[in-house]
Amino acid sequence: MEVSDLKTVFRTHDGVIHAVNGISFSLDEGELLAVVGESGSGKSVAMMSLMQLLPMPPARIASGHVMFQDQDLVQLGASEIRQVRGARIGFVFQDPMTSLNPVFTVGYQIMEPLREHMGLSKKQARQRAIELLDLVGIPAAAKRIDDYPHQFSGGMRQRVVIAIALACDPKVLIADEPTTALDVTVQAQILELVRDLRQKLGMAIIWITHDLGVAAGIADRVIVMYGGLVVEHAPVEDLFAAPQHPYTRALLDSLPGRHEADERLRSIGGQPPLLLAEPASCPFAPRCSHAFDRCWQENPRLVEVTAGHDVACWWDPETGGPRDGR
Amino acid sequence: MAVDLATRPATDNAVVQPLVRVEDLLLHFPVYKGVLRRQVGAVRAVDGLTFDIRRGETLGLVGESGCGKSTTGRTLLRLYRASGGRIFFEGQDIAELEGERLRRMRPRMQMIFQDPQASLNPRMTVGAIIAEPLIEHGVHKAEARKAKVRELLDAVGLNPDYVNRYPHEFSGGQRQRIGIARALALDPDFIVCDEPIAALDVSIQAQVVNLLKDLQKKLGLTYLFISHDLSMVKHIADRVAVMYLGKIVELADVRTLFSAPKHPYTKALLSAVPVPDPTVEASRRRILLKGDIPDPANPPAGCKFCTRCPEAIDRCFSEEPVWREVDPGRHVACHRV
Repeated sequence: MEVSDLKTVFRTHDGVIHAVNGISFSLDEGELLAVVGESGSGKSVAMMSLMQLLPMPPARIASGHVMFQDQDLVQLGASEIRQVRGARIGFVFQDPMTSLNPVFTVGYQIMEPLREHMGLSKKQARQRAIELLDLVGIPAAAKRIDDYPHQFSGGMRQRVVIAIALACDPKVLIADEPTTALDVTVQAQILELVRDLRQKLGMAIIWITHDLGVAAGIADRVIVMYGGLVVEHAPVEDLFAAPQHPYTRALLDSLPGRHEADERLRSIGGQPPLLLAEPASCPFAPRCSHAFDRCWQENPRLVEVTAGHDVACWWDPETGGPRDGR
Repeated sequence: MAVDLATRPATDNAVVQPLVRVEDLLLHFPVYKGVLRRQVGAVRAVDGLTFDIRRGETLGLVGESGCGKSTTGRTLLRLYRASGGRIFFEGQDIAELEGERLRRMRPRMQMIFQDPQASLNPRMTVGAIIAEPLIEHGVHKAEARKAKVRELLDAVGLNPDYVNRYPHEFSGGQRQRIGIARALALDPDFIVCDEPIAALDVSIQAQVVNLLKDLQKKLGLTYLFISHDLSMVKHIADRVAVMYLGKIVELADVRTLFSAPKHPYTKALLSAVPVPDPTVEASRRRILLKGDIPDPANPPAGCKFCTRCPEAIDRCFSEEPVWREVDPGRHVACHRV
C-alpha cells in the first residue's frame, strides 16, 4: 500500500478543521507499521480516510492517493470500496463492545463477511467461523459461536472482532487502538495473539496507538504524527535509540522511567494545535524548546537522515544547530 | 482520641500513628432478583482489607478494572458505607460516623476524579466550582473566598483571571487542574486520586503528575493514588498495594515491589506492562495469564487468584491464604511465598 499526500478536512460550525495535512507513507507486505501520536494528532482520521470510513460530509478527502493492489482507493465509489473493506482490508476498533452488534450472535457476525465477500454457503461459512474463533484462541469455539457479544469478556470480545477482521484473509489489517480499552494482562494476551497471527498469516498491519510501549513491543516501523502531519518515521529500533524530532524526543522523555534519577517528569509545555488552518510553519514550534526563526516561517518537509529514518524538522540533534543544506 | 494523643510519646508521632488505618474493610453490594426483589447474593467489591497510609506518603493502589480499587478509595472517604470493618482517620473510627460529625470530617479528606469532563458541572464557572466546597463548609466570607479561589488557581498553575470561564473553555489537562484546585480548597490532609491521569495524553500526564508531587511537598499532603498505569505509580508512589478481586494480594515499598515481586499476580502484572524500548521488549520473558478476572459476585473458593495462577497448588483451591507480613513492612497473601 502506498499513500501519498493525503489530506482530510472537516467542515464544522467553527470553520474548517484540517485534521490530516498531506501525509505520505508506504506499507510493505507483511510488516507491522505503528502510528503513534496524541489525541487530535490525526492518526485515526488518517487511517479511516484510507478506507473512506469517515462520515462524508462533514469529512472530505481534499487530496491524495491511496494505491493498493493497482487501485486508487480514494477514487473508488461507495459500492466498489465496500468490495475492498472487510475482504482485502480488515479493521479492528478500540472498543469491542461498540464494534459488535449486540443483537446478533458472534457466529452470525463472523459469517456475514464470509458469505458477502467469499460467497460461501451457510454451512461452509459456519465451519470457517469456528476455525477463525479457534485461531484467535477462544476456547470451545464450536459451542461459543452461538453466543451473543455480551456473553464474552472484554478480551474475548476483542478476539472476536479480530476474527471478523481476519475472516476473508485480508492483505492488510488496520487496528485502531485495539488494546486501549483492555487491562494490561489482557492487553498482553492480545499482543501475543497478534504476534502469533502475523507468523501464521503474514498480513500487513497498521497499528494505531498512543502507547509507545506497545509500539516498541510489536512494530517493525513507526510513524509519529503531530498536528495532522508525519513528523518522524523510522524503523522501531532507530526511533527509540536515536529519536530525531523534538516532539518524539520530548514524548519519550516525558515517560516515567526513562530518566530514573529525575525527581520530576519532563513534561511538554503548552497544548496541541487547533488545526483551524493548514500549517504554514512547523506545528510543533510553539511547544518546541529548540525552535528558531526558520521554524516559525517554513514548515519542514520529511527528509531522510539515515536509511529509512525520515524526520520533518529544521533542527539537528547531532549538532544542536539548524539542519542546513536540505 | 484526646487520650490517645496524651499517652503517646510526642517524638515519634508520625511513626506510631498512620494518618489512615483500615482494618478488615468490607464492602458488599447486594444483588436483588425476582419480583420480590429478594437479595440473592452480593458483589464482594472490597473483601477484607487491612493496611495503613502514613502521613505525607503516597500509597499507590494498582489492579485491573473491576478489582475494587476505586470502591476502596470511595469507601475510605465514606462516599460508600462500609459493610464491615473499621476505618481510622488520625485514630478516630469514621466507618460508623453519621450526620454532623461525619460532615465535619469531610474537609479533611478529598478526592480527585478520573474524568474532569464529567466531574465538573458544565453550567458553573470555574470560580463557582472551586468556591462551592468553601461555601458548603462555611469557611470564608465572600471577599476572602474570592481571594482564596484566585490563590488556588494560581497554586495549580492556572491564570487567576480565568475565574469566570466555564469548564468547556479549558483543555483536558487544565480541567484536571481545576479538579485539583477544588480538592485543595478546604486544606485537606488526605486526597484520594482516582485515576487522575488516565483520561489525559502522555505529555499532559507528566504535567499533572509533577503538579501533584509539588503540591504534596508544599502542603504535606497524603495521597492514595489509584491507577492502572504501573509505570506512573512506580514514579509517584512511596509504597504500592496490588489488588485483585477485592483483596490486596501484596503491599511493599515501591522499589522492593518492582524489583522483586513476590505474589504471582504482581509478577504477571509487572511483566505485562509494555516497556518503551524495543530491545528490552524483544528479549524479556512474559508471564501470560490465562483467561479473565472471575465474577466478583461468584469468586472462586480458596485463593481468589487460583483460577489464573501459574504457580497454583492444590491448597490454593481450597484454603484462602492469610494476609501476613513476610519481611518488615512487606505484606503478601499467598501460600507459595
